Amino acid sequence: MAHGSSTTPEDDFVITPTRPGEEKGSWSSVIQDLLFTVDHKKLGLMYIGSGLIFFVIAGLMAAAIRLQLAIPNAHFLEPDVFNRFFTMHGTAMVFLVGMPIIFGMANYLVPLMVGARDMAFPRLNAFGFWMFFFSAWFLYFSYFAGPGLYNAGSAPDVGWFAYSPLTSKAFSRGHSSDYWTLALLASGVGSIATAINIIVTTISLRCKGMTLGRMPLFVWTFLVVAFLVIIAIPPLSACQIMLLLDRYLGAKFFDTQAGGSAVLWQHFFWIFGHPEVYILILPGFAAMNEIVPVFSRKPIFGYPIMVGANVMIAFISLGVWAHHMFTVGMTSLGNSFFAISTMLVAVPTGIKIFNWIGTMYGGKIRFELPMLFCIAFLFQFLIAGLTGVMLSVAPFDWQLSDSYFVVAHFHYVLIGGLLFTIFATIYFWYPKCFGRMLSHKLGMWHFWLFTIGFHVTFFPQHISGFLGMPRRIYTYEAGRGWEIWNMMSSLGVILQAAGILIFVWNLIYSYRKGKIAGDDPWDAWTLEWATTSPPPDYNFEKTPEVRSRRPLWDLKHPDDPDWKYE
Amino acid sequence: MDQFINQPVSFAEEERPWRPPSLRKVGMLCLITTETALFSIFVVAYLFYMGKSLNGPYPHEILAFPWSGSIALIGSSFTLHAAEWFLKKGNRAMFHLWWFITIAMGAYFLYFTGHEWYEFIYHHHLTISTNVFGSTFYSLVGLHASHVVVGLILLSIILISSLRGKLHHDHHEHVEMIGWYWHFVDAVWIVVLTVVYILSAHY
Repeated sequence: MAHGSSTTPEDDFVITPTRPGEEKGSWSSVIQDLLFTVDHKKLGLMYIGSGLIFFVIAGLMAAAIRLQLAIPNAHFLEPDVFNRFFTMHGTAMVFLVGMPIIFGMANYLVPLMVGARDMAFPRLNAFGFWMFFFSAWFLYFSYFAGPGLYNAGSAPDVGWFAYSPLTSKAFSRGHSSDYWTLALLASGVGSIATAINIIVTTISLRCKGMTLGRMPLFVWTFLVVAFLVIIAIPPLSACQIMLLLDRYLGAKFFDTQAGGSAVLWQHFFWIFGHPEVYILILPGFAAMNEIVPVFSRKPIFGYPIMVGANVMIAFISLGVWAHHMFTVGMTSLGNSFFAISTMLVAVPTGIKIFNWIGTMYGGKIRFELPMLFCIAFLFQFLIAGLTGVMLSVAPFDWQLSDSYFVVAHFHYVLIGGLLFTIFATIYFWYPKCFGRMLSHKLGMWHFWLFTIGFHVTFFPQHISGFLGMPRRIYTYEAGRGWEIWNMMSSLGVILQAAGILIFVWNLIYSYRKGKIAGDDPWDAWTLEWATTSPPPDYNFEKTPEVRSRRPLWDLKHPDDPDWKYE
Repeated sequence: MDQFINQPVSFAEEERPWRPPSLRKVGMLCLITTETALFSIFVVAYLFYMGKSLNGPYPHEILAFPWSGSIALIGSSFTLHAAEWFLKKGNRAMFHLWWFITIAMGAYFLYFTGHEWYEFIYHHHLTISTNVFGSTFYSLVGLHASHVVVGLILLSIILISSLRGKLHHDHHEHVEMIGWYWHFVDAVWIVVLTVVYILSAHY
């Protein structure tokens, strides 16, 4: 780029030598680089890195909650501190951990997989990241505001769904709800910016030959996720704007004494909140779609059906929101509609699960760590799906709504589903990002400790839910039969925490000491493995050209390429 | 069979140039999609609260059909189109003229809305906190007006840069995208007009 007289396209991408005062590795240069970068790979890693930091913070809050609930009549957390902890745990896990990590995955991998040099709008991309980053710290700042850290400040204490009228001026004094609203409003703007970027990159920056039918399923799934984001986040922003108008200008949206409706908040919130569940779980499916075929040594089974199932899941997910509201008292017609539409989601999800099993069937399965996490995902997500179908039956939901059964269900979805695939993703693509493998031995410890800890923590909650233990209580009396299950739950946390500790150590240790990975350590087939590890700033020396769904297979097997059969 | 597989395959598609859709167009369509989702929620809130105000003023007491404002805003879609047509023809002077008329019509609409709000607030005592009609009316119309403001800023940037000679031939698509945005703002106004000034007029 520095030489104006260049004639060949290759010359355009000569790496400019390091400028003076910018030696590689010095702290100030690294920080400067992170602050000003618009490179999709760095932003992707920044998303994932900050997501992991918030994951640890929100996880510590969960551990505190479990410590409080381990024995009856405990006094470890005050009731209002407990409320702040479970609210911030939920809010952070959804908005500051789940969303940024999936955006990080998309940011890093989508341009590489479609053979592009960067995202479509790199500066908008950086804008999206910094919106998220500042809103996240703004949310955590609430711990220092108001009565300060000891009484947990004025952190939000109204649940991550912020049901009105709990959030109205009359019931939520101080600024806790304002922190919640403003922080999530800002991060919503960033999310929409990033989602638009993902869609445009996927549609407009595909390399030559990559038709929609040849796009990796990972990219397809993220295209669907991004569409869900741009349709589902605005309702949240809208109802947050209404809430702010209520709180600051005295508007009457959710004021039941002036003709407003508290149920409307629930409708608007869940119009966002339900698709959000699929925004979080579809990236899990995306990772499955790439990892399962590579470790089974077979192309994915039923590619077009998998694409169709993604689109169908997204479509149905927009019409099921009120299954969160069976106990609000809708008409029986409404209940029936939302019960049936919810059960319908099981069809495309079942298709996906069968197709992954179909991919593994008859394959030469390699039990590497990414694959282990994927197999665990299959079982856990199956349980989560089954309890989901149970809860979609309205009369059953009336019995178990707001009990620990629901807590168990969505933790099976979000930990057993999303988090396990996030681990799989990190184990699978870490070599690409840093050029070194994660340690297999540490990874095995992480896998077994975390998997066992996860089941020990959350499986008993199905039972305590059946025994009538409600959500969001800060303590309970002895003699109701809940003690043993709560004690088990709390003990499981220790195993999970140990697993996470090993995982974090693995990330740090392998960065310096891991085995050198090479360009394509797993013998995979998508385009990101065609470039070096880590990829250079411009991703590909020559923009690639593809002729099939597995371009690297074609490259490695010129005698028997895929495109002959497609 | 073997022969069949080993035959050299001719790629009809190789001949065609690889031209995925333009990134500005896709981006603008996404923005419009997400804005549509945002507006729908405010429209739904308005419809949901129609006739649920516990105290006046009620819509039928104060709402007057906004003839001049609507004609100005909807008409500006056509003047914008005329401006774009002249730009394509290469007639810069006419482009500037029609583009300026578009901006003026948008500005008149904004003035009209401001005047309407002034009437409502000072003569009819309807504010955002008076009743649910006030809350939903000001939030929906205000959201739309804020989009008109953004549109006017974008239109002015184009006009100013064109007058300063900074608008080049390859900026056609930028102009077109701002046009799409402006048409979207108009389309939203037609929905607002229907919902607020026609459907709720007798409540």
